[in-house]
Amino acid sequence: MKADIAFGQYYEGNSFLHKLDPRWKILFVIFYIVVIFLAKNVFAFALLILSAVFLILISQIRLRTILRGLRPLIFIISFTALINIFWLKGETLLIDWWIFHIYLEGLINALLIVVRVVILVVGTSILLTYTTTPIALTDGLERLLSPLAKIHLPVHEFSMMMTIALRFIPTLVEETEKIMNAQKARGADFSTGSLVHRAKALIPILIPLFISAFRRAEELATAMECRCYTGGEGRTRMNVLHSGWRDLAALLALCALCAGVILLNIFASGYTLAL
Amino acid sequence: MAEITLENVTYIYGKGAPYEMRALDDVSLTFRSGEVTGLIGHTGSGKSTLVQMLNGLLRPDSGKVLLDGKDIWEDPKKIQQIRFQVGLVMQYPEYQLFDETVEADISFGPKNMGLAPEKIKEAVARAAQFAGLAPELLKKSPFDLSGGQKRRAALAGIMAMEPAVLVLDEPAAGLDPGGRREILGRIREYQRESGANVIIVSHSMEDMALYCDRVLVMENGRLVMSGTPAQVFSQADALIAVGLDVPQITRVARALQDVGVDIGLDIYTVKFAAQRLLSGREAHEG
Repeated sequence: MKADIAFGQYYEGNSFLHKLDPRWKILFVIFYIVVIFLAKNVFAFALLILSAVFLILISQIRLRTILRGLRPLIFIISFTALINIFWLKGETLLIDWWIFHIYLEGLINALLIVVRVVILVVGTSILLTYTTTPIALTDGLERLLSPLAKIHLPVHEFSMMMTIALRFIPTLVEETEKIMNAQKARGADFSTGSLVHRAKALIPILIPLFISAFRRAEELATAMECRCYTGGEGRTRMNVLHSGWRDLAALLALCALCAGVILLNIFASGYTLAL
Repeated sequence: MAEITLENVTYIYGKGAPYEMRALDDVSLTFRSGEVTGLIGHTGSGKSTLVQMLNGLLRPDSGKVLLDGKDIWEDPKKIQQIRFQVGLVMQYPEYQLFDETVEADISFGPKNMGLAPEKIKEAVARAAQFAGLAPELLKKSPFDLSGGQKRRAALAGIMAMEPAVLVLDEPAAGLDPGGRREILGRIREYQRESGANVIIVSHSMEDMALYCDRVLVMENGRLVMSGTPAQVFSQADALIAVGLDVPQITRVARALQDVGVDIGLDIYTVKFAAQRLLSGREAHEG
């Protein structure tokens, strides 16, 4: 069951991407998303595809894993593609049958949008979730947002909450399984009956789960207090984040990509995205 | 009645994944009715996996689980019926309590069985008595009970289904010595009165020695030893080799033998040791 949790999935590795500073990575992702949306014509998109392939190659993550991550998006991708194919009007009519009018422009547009969504998902998940541990991620986020603490926003508390939540996902999954088994042993049935019946069948799981979550929270709070945790102020870190040559190289590469996309947008003439 | 047999049962966690683990490896054994069987083995030996096989929470990858000679997986849709006949009390069962009152919680099982309301009431009252819950506790919220009372309420929740086979995974874990004795004593009593087939998983060799008719030893997903407590505990070296121990009194008997006083190595309870010592003295004096 543990293998089923896709959320925040991290793949152990030692690649260039794994070694980047998480603070920079968060900024890079934002930058990359902006670049993806800047691309307007076919040539710029080709450059984007190259960049995504390059990311996949240096991440050392298997292609199968990446494709599996795309599976939940199949519906939304095909839906947007269909809308573009059928609703976009252009000059070159390809098919004209009954109420269906399909134009070449619509097809290309659909293709480009699909490429955009796929690169968006693949790029961000490779840069962030696949190659960064959740702890490093929240740590990086906390450091990036730390200036907000000056205006009394609880940045540290927020990131501590995120860290704890991530830490307890597997624990709660395990707990749920145990409680489910215990109630099944008493003849509980979760898989048959009407919707109302099934919703009611969840009560014997949810109540013990909540109670144990509260108990765990209390125990954790006590354990933290025993170790003199008083919040973020004056707290030092075990792993101090360092930026290095890798982050600089990645930044330069992204700038180059951005410049390339803009130049191709302006100077290369090809089909231009309608949306 | 109510005999459970495992035939060449194998179970693998994470099949096909790199972390694949053989939790049960070709296990064949029988739990006879009218007996209390103890299952011992160190952490990760496959005890809990085996226990979850018995009521169909896990399905064997190969091999069969037979209840009175019938494969429990013959019709997977009827597995619920098996769970009423094979009652499983999981580890730390008090965390499964959920209802508003203790009484309502205990009746969860019988209700799922589809019993008539008056039958449920009877079953609950009987189970509460077996588990040693005072009648005034039945109206309380299960969350207001003490730790030991909660454990008893959870135990009653299974006993109320009056299973022909009662399986308990570490029923006394985390209780104080008094609570331990009481819970195990009550299980023994339930077995005597109902003639059920009782299976107890435990880490405590003393408990096993006191309450079980037969002891099975697991190691790395295999059954390595089985027999009466005297037979099993007299093989101290083999038990220690699989990361287990013998009851303290058996160790005393071994130490006595080392200094030249032989009272036998098949001793596993204090009472029995005292008898041997006394009869030895009589023989000596007479």
